[in-house]
Amino acid sequence: MEVDIRPGLPAFTIVGLGDTAVRESRERVRAAIQNSGYEFPQRRITANLAPASLRKVGPGFDAALALAVLAASGQFDVERLVDVAVYGELSLGGELRWAAGTLAVAEGARRHRVPALVVPASQAREASLIEGIRVLGVSGLTAAVDAITGRDIPPMPVPALHGVAGAAEPDLVDVRGQGVAIRAMEIAAAGGHNLLLEGPPGTGKTMLARRLPSILPPMGRAEALEVTRVHSVAGLHRGGMIATRPFRAPHHTISAAGLVGGGNPPRPGEASLANRGILFLDELSEFQRGAIEALRQPLEDGRVTIVRGQRALVFPTRFMLVAATNPCPCGYAGVADRCTCTEIDIRRYERRLSGPLLDRMDLLVNVVRPSEEELRAAPISDSATVRGRVAAARERQRHRLRETAASCNGELDAALINSRVQLDEQAQANLGGAYLAGQLSARGRHRIIRVAQTIADLDGRDRISGQDVFTALTLRQQVGAAGATAA
Amino acid sequence: MPACDACLRRTWLVERVSGYLEFHRNRIDDVLSLEDGPLIDSWQEKCERGPAQRELAREYQQFGTAGAEFARMRAEVAGLELLCRCEAAYPQRLRRLFGPPAVLHVAGGLDRFLELAADDPVAIVGTRRPTMYGTDVAAVLGRGVSVSGLCVVSGMAIGVDAAAHRGALAGGGRTIAVLPGCAAEVYPKANRRLYDQILRSGVAVSELGPGAAVRKWTLLARNRIIAALSELTIVVQGKSRSGALHTAQAARNVGSRLGAVPGSVLVAQSEGPHELLRQRAVLIRNPQDVLDAVFGDGNRALLDPSRNGLREEQRALLDAIRSGADTLAALAGSGGVGADALILLAELELAGCVRRATGGRYVVTA
Repeated sequence: MEVDIRPGLPAFTIVGLGDTAVRESRERVRAAIQNSGYEFPQRRITANLAPASLRKVGPGFDAALALAVLAASGQFDVERLVDVAVYGELSLGGELRWAAGTLAVAEGARRHRVPALVVPASQAREASLIEGIRVLGVSGLTAAVDAITGRDIPPMPVPALHGVAGAAEPDLVDVRGQGVAIRAMEIAAAGGHNLLLEGPPGTGKTMLARRLPSILPPMGRAEALEVTRVHSVAGLHRGGMIATRPFRAPHHTISAAGLVGGGNPPRPGEASLANRGILFLDELSEFQRGAIEALRQPLEDGRVTIVRGQRALVFPTRFMLVAATNPCPCGYAGVADRCTCTEIDIRRYERRLSGPLLDRMDLLVNVVRPSEEELRAAPISDSATVRGRVAAARERQRHRLRETAASCNGELDAALINSRVQLDEQAQANLGGAYLAGQLSARGRHRIIRVAQTIADLDGRDRISGQDVFTALTLRQQVGAAGATAA
Repeated sequence: MPACDACLRRTWLVERVSGYLEFHRNRIDDVLSLEDGPLIDSWQEKCERGPAQRELAREYQQFGTAGAEFARMRAEVAGLELLCRCEAAYPQRLRRLFGPPAVLHVAGGLDRFLELAADDPVAIVGTRRPTMYGTDVAAVLGRGVSVSGLCVVSGMAIGVDAAAHRGALAGGGRTIAVLPGCAAEVYPKANRRLYDQILRSGVAVSELGPGAAVRKWTLLARNRIIAALSELTIVVQGKSRSGALHTAQAARNVGSRLGAVPGSVLVAQSEGPHELLRQRAVLIRNPQDVLDAVFGDGNRALLDPSRNGLREEQRALLDAIRSGADTLAALAGSGGVGADALILLAELELAGCVRRATGGRYVVTA
């Protein structure tokens, strides 16, 4: 940020590829300076946001602009501004306000070895999550000047490591029955497998999916930081660290850009907001084809690159995909005598599910209405118990997959399966049998091995047994096979 | 075993007057039983006397060896083998028709077709819009019949027909698909995969040759071939006025036996079979009923190798599925056998004892 003040007709010009918010910042800065009791120089002011070729977006430059004007007009020592980063929006009265992406700014400051960062007081805890930078949380312009000149240095904020408690997170104890679905969720969570829930309306697909984050292992510091950063950039989060894994359930009318990110300036999409958590697509068949196809690359790579104009942004997209769908157009296939769909209807419906996406779903659960008995009975399990088993299984995987690119079984590719996965004799035989019976494709075989490995991990074993393979076979995804189920 | 010139000419003539046959499709069997001369005459009566009519007579006269040679060539290019009704090997059952197909076009091997058609084929037919029950029963019957060494004949239509073929494929693959157009062209197109699977171990046959268009009359004419090829014709589901009942009528016309599968009296799709049962069709509940109908009561027991060597808990699971606990949740839940269900079901599925249907429902295959 450069500010030049010279004699001439009073004027205030901002250059450096700013958007409308940056252009309007002139008026906020002028009013804030005057209302804070400082003098706004009645001379020719030119502010330059360098580098000039990079597009600047948003009102976060207000505070820095105002401080630069004050320093340039000699109202405090310019030297004080060296080695200080400033981020925040100004109100007309001179108060410092929240601006999206504080955490990312703090990280940027740290990367450029700027030792101090001035942010609105409300953002101090968020910014202080980044270690190695002195965060100055101030209430307004006057306080900012005081902090910078050393007259009144605000106390070091307490980093809010677990700012948002997970108390309100839905728990598995709310679920009655659904033993098989819970077992499949446990496997999915333990191995990072994508999960497809199929079932009639009102059987609890969404309810189950919402409880998946609660059985995932808690996020590590690096993960939590990554999540908080994306949410902060998107303007969805203020304050401390996000401690619970995100659960994003976009409506099925969402566009491709909304799902994977886009727009100008580029914003993270739902896939990135679900990073390290769950992306839940309810009514999978209703999503636009283009939006679903756009998910393929992020699913594969764990990140998405969005190119707009002169710049390319990379957002992380390491999420677990959970999709829910009805089995047929009327929704009641599998419920005795309730379904009115013909074979043709069902085939047409299945064609609407994207093949390449289904190919990445390791597990399928058919969710059915719990029986009256089950509704009265005690819940099958609670989240904490399951989470414990999941964490243990994850640890086992981390150990087995050390020094590889993968961190969980869901990420095993053919090479890793060959080098790191062991099957006992019975498992080999069962897999071979299923393959010969025409129930598996080559790729389907890999899916079975991945899931069977997770089942073994949950059981505390490294070698896959024949029974693990059978269980994986029963839980395998085979939508679109209705036309060829005879085999 | 090539087809003779006269029979190829007959096939050409039938295709040539396709529009006329379409007009008379309600009495298609009668029209098709006309000899060539009367067929041309009645066509002429229908058309105004004029150039078109002289044209047909002339083309018929000039068909000769060249036309027949051309038809053989087209069939060969399409990968079809031909068998005309002048040959001794022509299936005896088809000769029961008043107007048997002049030439059979066979995809998948003529020898295989003759072998399949020789020992007591069973036709399993029904509506294109069955209920889940209809689909399940068709598959169970198809598999049971096939496992017992008999051949399943059907029309490869969507619905009951396709389910019967699939069942047959799962039970060993002995099946004949009688197509309404040409045996080398998949009809309906949606069943391309099924067609490919059928040709691996079964055959597709048709009355018409390459290039023949599917019309309403060809669908009806196909029904008479299904019925005539088979020892027993089973109607699984069909409304009171449906193609399946047309096949049943064709079976009656050739003196072949009729079976019908009972269903719910509240469901329109079971009206047809119930009507047949009232008219003394054989009651078909399972593959054993089929064997009893074909070979006489108790003369042949259903042998299903996949049923042998089942463990006690596997049998228990099969019983549970039969008695209505047909979803994974119900089988693994409190009323079922518990977590072992996940393992047992995969075993049974591999052994071919159950299959997974739409909506994750398990169906016992026999």
